[in-house]
Amino acid sequence: MSRVLLIWRKSLNVLMLTLTGVAALSVVSVLFLILGYLVWNGGRSLNWDFFTQLPKPVGETGGGMANAIVGSLKLLLLAALMGLPVGLMAGVYLAEFGGKTFSYVIRYTTDLLNGVPSIVIGIFAYSLAVLPVKHFSALAGGVALGIMVIPITVRSTEEFLRAVPGSLREGAMALGASKWRTIATVVLPAAKGGIITGVLLALARVAGETAPLLFTAFSNRFWSPGWGQPIASLPVMIYTYAIAPYDDWHRQAWAAGLILLALVLVANVGTRLALSRGGAGRSV
Amino acid sequence: MSTTATTIERAVPPQAGPRAFVHRLRDGDQIAHIITLVFAAGILLITSLLVYELWVNSHLSRSKFGWLFFWTRTWDPIFDNFGAAPFIYGTLVTAVVSLVIAVPLGLAAAIFLSELAPRRISDTISFLIDLLAAVPSVIYGLLGIFIVVPLMRTTIGPILIGTLGYVPVIGKFFKGPNYGVGFFTAGIVLAIMVVPFIISVSREVLLTVPREQREAALALGATRWEATWKVVVPWAKTGIMGSVFLALARALGETMAVTMVIGNDPKISASLFAPGYTIAAVIANEFTEATGDLYLSALIELGLVLFLMTFILNGLARLLIVATERGGGHPA
Repeated sequence: MSRVLLIWRKSLNVLMLTLTGVAALSVVSVLFLILGYLVWNGGRSLNWDFFTQLPKPVGETGGGMANAIVGSLKLLLLAALMGLPVGLMAGVYLAEFGGKTFSYVIRYTTDLLNGVPSIVIGIFAYSLAVLPVKHFSALAGGVALGIMVIPITVRSTEEFLRAVPGSLREGAMALGASKWRTIATVVLPAAKGGIITGVLLALARVAGETAPLLFTAFSNRFWSPGWGQPIASLPVMIYTYAIAPYDDWHRQAWAAGLILLALVLVANVGTRLALSRGGAGRSV
Repeated sequence: MSTTATTIERAVPPQAGPRAFVHRLRDGDQIAHIITLVFAAGILLITSLLVYELWVNSHLSRSKFGWLFFWTRTWDPIFDNFGAAPFIYGTLVTAVVSLVIAVPLGLAAAIFLSELAPRRISDTISFLIDLLAAVPSVIYGLLGIFIVVPLMRTTIGPILIGTLGYVPVIGKFFKGPNYGVGFFTAGIVLAIMVVPFIISVSREVLLTVPREQREAALALGATRWEATWKVVVPWAKTGIMGSVFLALARALGETMAVTMVIGNDPKISASLFAPGYTIAAVIANEFTEATGDLYLSALIELGLVLFLMTFILNGLARLLIVATERGGGHPA
């Protein structure tokens, strides 16, 4: 009786432990499946035209997404200009100046903002930047992405500033530097690598956002000069092309997906490797 | 280290009123403090403005439909009659389906990573899984349309209808025509998207369980699995629940991937294979086409509902995770 029970317990042990391994492997294999599928499908569709040509009208094959690539870069620039100053300064405040209660409130609000679904951020940016002027614009898209950049930057900046040893601060202050000088010339340079990593990851994350752009930046099949007009972006193009019924558009959606994924993964892997070499040893 | 800084500040001898003020300004500390404070307060301002805008801009719809908004099943832009029921239903059903798939898978993977795998392998796999979380949602949607939908139509759907369709109680969820798009397809795609969050948070929580707990169980003759399942997992229970809430919040708010595979049909159907609609998807699809003020206002009210749902879940998740990591968790 007890022998049977023992065998049962042991085989259950082996079975369940194997299953946990299978679960981990299958989740990881999804990543390689996605990568492989995109490289296979996107790679076949990728050509020089994709980077240099405008989209062709419906029915004509060929053409590219040059305007969407430039559009995504412009939107990222706007997002960085609007979101990064707030994120970085607030991060410095939390790590260096913050008291107890107010810091807690700020941290909590930051987490709350981080958890807001991107489509809701889109509605917010719409009511801020589209409703008053009655038309879609690159600027409105920048506002949406800029808001999304803030919470990610705040948390990573604070975390890396806190990782700077207190003895560095004490050393600077003992030499007679005031607090802001200490922060500007000693603490920030020491945390530079980590902070840049956080910024890059934040930008990589919003680079793939589609939902908040649908009714702020909208889309555009032509070049969009200046900042006040609707503008195309890679994620929105992938969406429109993927749900359209044309094979040639699907082909281009794959190509755009490959470019976008490559961008995001390179940013993620690159910053992670740079960090582990820098010895900061902290992940964001 | 902020305590050290305050001590040094206090060590400066107190000076007479106005001179002290000028002295401190010359040092610039107060200025730097105020500037950074203003930016930090900016976050507070932005978030309150977000809630305010959602509230004010949904005024028309709120005053016209009131609480009935949540029970009405029609969504009729032509006659200006709007009800949120089909969207709330779709959002909840897809999220539940995704959790039913993602929680066992994610928990098992997290157990493997924290209990079995050597540290190096565990770290590498966790890194790859974090990358999975970084993949943009529109790419999940792309793969959903071209891989999961056809697979659902030809393989997964018929198999589930043929097996689970005949089980007494849950059978009615697995019956009906199989279009490929629908609640279940959206649930599968969502599951893949939220599983990285469950794994990485659960792994962190499991790693905080004290070694002595495992050793005690093993010393009493438990097998490795029994030690894990009956001692380690119950210890980390609260934190794991937190990771599930976190995943649920993400699943509710996810837009693009769901929009691309759910079929976009505002109906409430028991069958999981029927096309449906979610809150986020209807906002994404109809916002730019909303011609009337009431139409727009109804969509913004949907946004408000979504915001509140994720707000509550995120708050709960944070509480639970913090409670476990502070060592508050104890075997049940």
